[in-house]
Amino acid sequence: MEHYNMNLTLKVWKQKNCKTKGAFETYQVQNISSEMSFLEMFDILNERLIAEGKEPIAFDHDCREGICGTCSMFINGRAHGPWHQTTTCQLHMREYKDGDTIVVEPWRSHSFPVIKDLVVDRTAFDRIISAGGFISVNTGNAVDANAVLVPKDDADDSFAAASCIGCGACVAACPNASAMLFVSAKVSQLALLPQGRPEATTRALNMVKQMDQEGFGSCTNIGACEAECPKGISLENIARLNREYLGSVFTGKASS
Amino acid sequence: MNWKQYFNTSIGKKLIMATTGIFLIVFLVVHCYINAQIFYNDGGTRFNEAAHFMGTNFVIRFVEIGLFGFLIWHMILGLALYNKNKSKRTAYAVNAGNKTSKWYSRSMALLGTLILLFLVIHLRNFWAPNRLSTLTGGEELPLYNMMKEQFQQAWLLAIYLLGVFSLAWHLLHGFYSAFQTFGLCNSRYKDMIRFIGVAFSIIVPIAFASMPIAFFLHLLN
Ligand code: SF4
Ligand code: FES
Repeated sequence: MEHYNMNLTLKVWKQKNCKTKGAFETYQVQNISSEMSFLEMFDILNERLIAEGKEPIAFDHDCREGICGTCSMFINGRAHGPWHQTTTCQLHMREYKDGDTIVVEPWRSHSFPVIKDLVVDRTAFDRIISAGGFISVNTGNAVDANAVLVPKDDADDSFAAASCIGCGACVAACPNASAMLFVSAKVSQLALLPQGRPEATTRALNMVKQMDQEGFGSCTNIGACEAECPKGISLENIARLNREYLGSVFTGKASS
Repeated sequence: MNWKQYFNTSIGKKLIMATTGIFLIVFLVVHCYINAQIFYNDGGTRFNEAAHFMGTNFVIRFVEIGLFGFLIWHMILGLALYNKNKSKRTAYAVNAGNKTSKWYSRSMALLGTLILLFLVIHLRNFWAPNRLSTLTGGEELPLYNMMKEQFQQAWLLAIYLLGVFSLAWHLLHGFYSAFQTFGLCNSRYKDMIRFIGVAFSIIVPIAFASMPIAFFLHLLN
């Protein structure tokens, strides 16, 4: 693909912290290469802002290779921009033409309060994992890897669920701000394996309870999460979570 | 957790929406089947027989109470969920719209409300006067002739068509969604359920729509 440069107008959400109200601010960026990533374009803008003595735009990023899930940006109405199964760091400027206007917002969900500008607090996800996303193992020496047999299909499905990077795009894209896709991936990766069975009757219940407590919305099977997930986590995981939940309801031990 | 808590979580409420929804779907099938008797075009003899059975059978009367209970539960819980979900975030300046989801999946509350408005008119025209008449010791009303008469009004026909139209889209999401909620949409059944859901959402509403249209066009005597 041919290389070209472009000038763009950016409308970026600026917000001091979760207590203050934010607003859009407009920036012009010049000479952006079509081969840059979306975040590199932000780097250039920020360098200029710093040189001008202005405050740079705060945004989250870490690996810049699509595996850490921190680079949350809601770009022109799409979580991580318009590309299919892509994080913001993997979105490249060849998507845009000279003269385009790009609106960039943070993930909007009351469960993900804004820390600053485009940076949101996703620790709600960590608390959901702590509520049930674990297994019990023996202490002592590590057991032989092949001591527990796992059917290949289950291993594959579990692995696919485990590829969730906890980015929160599912919550950001969902009209209900529901975290079901994330929770379903975290339940599925363990529920599919024999190692995850001991906690099976309580895991779904506990994680769903925590999910509700964190204030995420209720899933109504709209499917925008699956469409926007950078890792292609499937709605089948939500069906599995529902199944696990139903199983706990009827077979789990009643307690108060 | 106790039973009440199980059904008070977000998934628990989903399960209630799905269960009541499936019950309402079953009701639609029965209702459609009974009404389709008008197409024998026998001046309503068969239809009135069927309506008489439905109107007087003890079991059906009992199920009818459950039906209203489930309908009201489905409505109230649905609207409550809609309101609660809306309060979970401030709105985006730019939305993905139809790029990441279907408009009818996002509009279940609106479609449901339209169906409800239709239902109020529908019940007021047929069900309520008929029940009132029998409860006060009177005769069953001649429902067939009432339909024949009422569906001469173009505005009423329009309301019925709007109701059925809303129902079709509501079903298109609801049918599949219920099975997803029960956890049945895995790779094995997903396509089948989707197919049946689409077929159901087309066939049943068209069958319903054909009834007032047939009367309006004087196709039935
Ligand atoms: S399910 Fe997908 S969109 Fe949601 S947190 Fe995991 S990787 Fe991100
Ligand atoms: S920065 Fe790690 S996924 Fe984008």
